Amino acid sequence: MNAQDSGSPGRKPWSPYLGGALSGLLVVGSVWVTGKYFGASTTFVRSTGFVERVFAPERVAALEYFVKEAPKVDWQWMFVAGIFVGALLASLASGTFRWQAVPPGWAERFGPSKLRRGIAAFCGGALAMFGARLADGCPSGHGLSGSLQLSVSGFVALACFFAGGLVMARILYRGR
Amino acid sequence: MDLTYGLVTGILFGIFLQRSEVLRHDRQLGALRLRDMTIVKFMLSTVVVAMVGVYLLVDLELAKLSVKPLVLGGNVIGGLAFGLGWGLLGYCPGTSLGALGEGRWDALWGILGSLCGAALYAEAYPAMKATLLAWGDYGKITLPQVLGVNHWLVIVPLAAGALLLFRWFERKGL
Repeated sequence: MNAQDSGSPGRKPWSPYLGGALSGLLVVGSVWVTGKYFGASTTFVRSTGFVERVFAPERVAALEYFVKEAPKVDWQWMFVAGIFVGALLASLASGTFRWQAVPPGWAERFGPSKLRRGIAAFCGGALAMFGARLADGCPSGHGLSGSLQLSVSGFVALACFFAGGLVMARILYRGR
Repeated sequence: MDLTYGLVTGILFGIFLQRSEVLRHDRQLGALRLRDMTIVKFMLSTVVVAMVGVYLLVDLELAKLSVKPLVLGGNVIGGLAFGLGWGLLGYCPGTSLGALGEGRWDALWGILGSLCGAALYAEAYPAMKATLLAWGDYGKITLPQVLGVNHWLVIVPLAAGALLLFRWFERKGL
């Protein structure tokens, strides 16, 4: 089930330099045509607002943060949805789509348990998103858009993203 | 119209990320374990190309910058918290959607967790505003402003530094 990603069939990957450079041109085109810089984490706030509004509309209306980042579909929401569609199309076209519950590297360290992987991924996602909102951006908003504009907040946040990530990777994979 | 541009831009970005294998959990952890620099190569290539292009547009008055304020309390504490969560999840907010798109559906747990994290943050926001977000607020500043130099004097050395780093990665086989 958990076929190794390396050596799996399907077309060979692109050089990350090529993919990155093309993405850079895409940023330039986006900024030129629509004035929009890449970002992703605000979309999670807006989507949470949508879901929460179904169960507790008064609560959503009362929270200052949902007034600031109102539940609506905007450029960034469609951009994030597009990443899903693009990855789906590219993986199907290149034969690299895999229905996989546990990444091979995780399975090697923590075993094939889907539950264990699910709990870790859920907790990681919650902590990461809380942090991204506190930092006012994620690796898209700060890491790409911030640093390419030479903004000090982008460089500071990016350094902290990696510092936190290195610590967690050290804790999880110590001695491996 | 904005929505269509957003979707098309996202689809193209999703294709580039997927074909470069940047969406994979093991690639992201590879960078955090300092073994596989694929995602760093991708990210820095994007930054270098976009940095030159966007500042050219700004010089030609064809585009405007959109800089986020430096708030040390938020950027540092939030950034570290993000990093810890990222190491555990192995996807970031944008790539979790892409990972789901290529069938790595453990990303779905990460996405659900992210929605809960966003809900928690909405509850905590007033408290954060009074504490962490009030610490070290320097406003919307860029590196050239801080150094008091023309932006190209920052862009050219950064681009050269990235190229040297890439050469080092390739020599070390990272």
